[in-house]
Amino acid sequence: MPPPDSIIQFQGIEKRYDLGGEAEVRALRGVDLTVHAGAYVAIMGPSGSGKSTMLNLIGCLDRPTAGLYSLGGTDVSSMPDDELSEARGRMIGFIFQSYNLIAQLTVIENIQVPLIYQGRDIRAYQEHCAKLADMVGLSDRLHHRPNQLSGGQQQRVAIARSLVNDPLLILADEPTGNLDSRTGAEVLDMIDRLNASGKTIVLVTHDHKVAERAHRVLHMKDGLIEREVINRPAPRANGQPASSV
Amino acid sequence: MNPLSFQFLSTVRLGMKSLMLHKLRSALTMLGIIFGVCSVIAMLAIGEGASYAAQEEIKKLGSDNIILRSLKPAEDAKLAGLGRGGTIDYGLTYQDGARIQSTIPGVRRVLPVRIIRENVLFGPNSVPCQVLGTLPFYPEIVGLDVVRGRFLTETDERNMDNVCVLTVGLAQRLFPYQDPLDHSVKVDSFYYRVVGLVREQNLPEHRTQQGVMEGEPLDNNVYVPLSVSRTRFGEVLIRRSAGGFEAEKVELHQLTVQMNDTAAVETADPQIKTLLGRFHSRNDYEIVVPLQLLRQAEQTKRIFNVVLGSIAAISLLVGGIGIMNIMLATVTERTREIGVRRALGAKRRDITLQFLVETVVLSVGGGLIGVALGVITPIVVSQLTDMKTIVTLWSVLLAFGISGAVGIVFGLYPAKAAAQLDPIEALRHE
Ligand SMILES: Nc1ncnc2c1ncn2[C@@H]1O[C@H](COP(=O)(O)OP(=O)(O)O)[C@@H](O)[C@H]1O
Ligand SMILES: [Mg+2]
Repeated sequence: MPPPDSIIQFQGIEKRYDLGGEAEVRALRGVDLTVHAGAYVAIMGPSGSGKSTMLNLIGCLDRPTAGLYSLGGTDVSSMPDDELSEARGRMIGFIFQSYNLIAQLTVIENIQVPLIYQGRDIRAYQEHCAKLADMVGLSDRLHHRPNQLSGGQQQRVAIARSLVNDPLLILADEPTGNLDSRTGAEVLDMIDRLNASGKTIVLVTHDHKVAERAHRVLHMKDGLIEREVINRPAPRANGQPASSV
Repeated sequence: MNPLSFQFLSTVRLGMKSLMLHKLRSALTMLGIIFGVCSVIAMLAIGEGASYAAQEEIKKLGSDNIILRSLKPAEDAKLAGLGRGGTIDYGLTYQDGARIQSTIPGVRRVLPVRIIRENVLFGPNSVPCQVLGTLPFYPEIVGLDVVRGRFLTETDERNMDNVCVLTVGLAQRLFPYQDPLDHSVKVDSFYYRVVGLVREQNLPEHRTQQGVMEGEPLDNNVYVPLSVSRTRFGEVLIRRSAGGFEAEKVELHQLTVQMNDTAAVETADPQIKTLLGRFHSRNDYEIVVPLQLLRQAEQTKRIFNVVLGSIAAISLLVGGIGIMNIMLATVTERTREIGVRRALGAKRRDITLQFLVETVVLSVGGGLIGVALGVITPIVVSQLTDMKTIVTLWSVLLAFGISGAVGIVFGLYPAKAAAQLDPIEALRHE
């Protein structure tokens, strides 16, 4: 059993893509990794080194070809699809490079989407969602549609959405890649505050300035963690992952 | 409301929202179903109305009757064209009636009718009419309402009384200002006292053996006792026509054989044919069996319905393919959205349901509009033409049911395809 405060536990995780015939891509080649609750981890590395693959595996969007992955104490490496979906919705919040809001829904409805798939009655969460919108500074935009918002505002909606199910873990793949440096900094500040309030963050980036904000930086190469840089010590949570925002 | 049905309702609302995002496309997609459903209901309503009208006509002839009509044989018709030929002798006879009555089992009674075309006069008014010589039970077989006075009686028949009964329409034309009862009208060179006014429930067919009528209304009938018709008009009827006149000898123009019950009709029909065949060398009469006509009408209707059903099925199929096509395009277009939803915790079946709901909203929405139009169209048709239309509940349910089924059947594949997408691939989709 991993210690209770380790949220991500990778043991010899491999990911191979079968390209048919003999050809095979080994995107991850036996990665070991432990991420504790409350940590802020940045993943860096050249293109093709396996960063996205790793983040997808952490986010339960995919299953490893080999190895064990335990998320929040649960082995998810060979979960069936439905359970994996459920786990994703319950334990993980995603922030994407291109925001990925749903075009036909308003701000508040976008924030509610993960609740629906958890089978929650969204009427009971109206206030909760409004609070999250307020937290990201969009309480006056609740009924706007994504195409009526700036990129920074959309990314803030995505942050609120990632928090609505109170996940163990926030995953961000190049969250500032589409933003100018000023709005990017705003978004990163917000992520910092989330981490400060106890959320565990794993973030992929190309930008060293971004990576500097994390406690740990994992440098990947050819499907392996080549080296790891500790910027500053992570606060060791007392066994329980932080929950309140 | 429990959370599950609330969740379903939000899925439906979400589906509608997605459809509203592309109003024109959704509307065009629905058109196929709208036309399909509308045409099914409208066509069935028109078909139903037509067959109802036909069946009513036939039923009025009486389903336990067999009707025999004299027919001028084709050879004689040619001869008549030459002008001053001799007397043409054809048609049903009193003997035929008597033979049928005495030899065919199951016969209740036989009603003979002579039809003579004449003018009826009262004062200065002269109206072309049909003089029907017949027996007192005519009303029971043909369906006749006595409006005033009485119909012919046995006594009239026995005494060869010069009495007559007029149809209401004729009476109005002859007696615009007077009460016709007990006045005498003149036909040919004899006077007949009016004893009653009647209304035919079922106007006799336009066609008599004399051929085309000259456009006078059909309810211009004068009923006289058969015995009177026989003695006053004689057996040989002279008909003036352009270029001369022709004489024909016809004893009876019609024999209506009433059977004891409907079951006896079918056995009696061939027996009557055989019997009459022995005494008629030429084809100078026709047999009409209303029951068979009714059966044929029902059969025709069944075929009609099958044909309509097939056309409807094809049009709905085309509508369904249209929906499927659009939904497949939609799935491709919204691949990214599917990936996002999967990342946010949607299971495969959530995605399936979402797209299926959209298809069903499209097809059921189209179905509802189609039903509305399909119910209105026959009403408009009835207003514009004198066609009778009947919108049946089953046609509405059928059309609507099929439209719903089409939505599910044709929506399932795109919805499944959407659900099978790999979340990562879907998220990467541009
Ligand atoms: N679906 C796939 N099929 C085949 N090869 C893949 C697939 N996804 C990723 N790869 C390969 O795996 C390797 C790692 O990819 P990725 O994790 O996307 O790298 P990064 O995000 O660091 O640029 C690359 O060589 C890439 O080509
Ligand atoms: Mg990548």
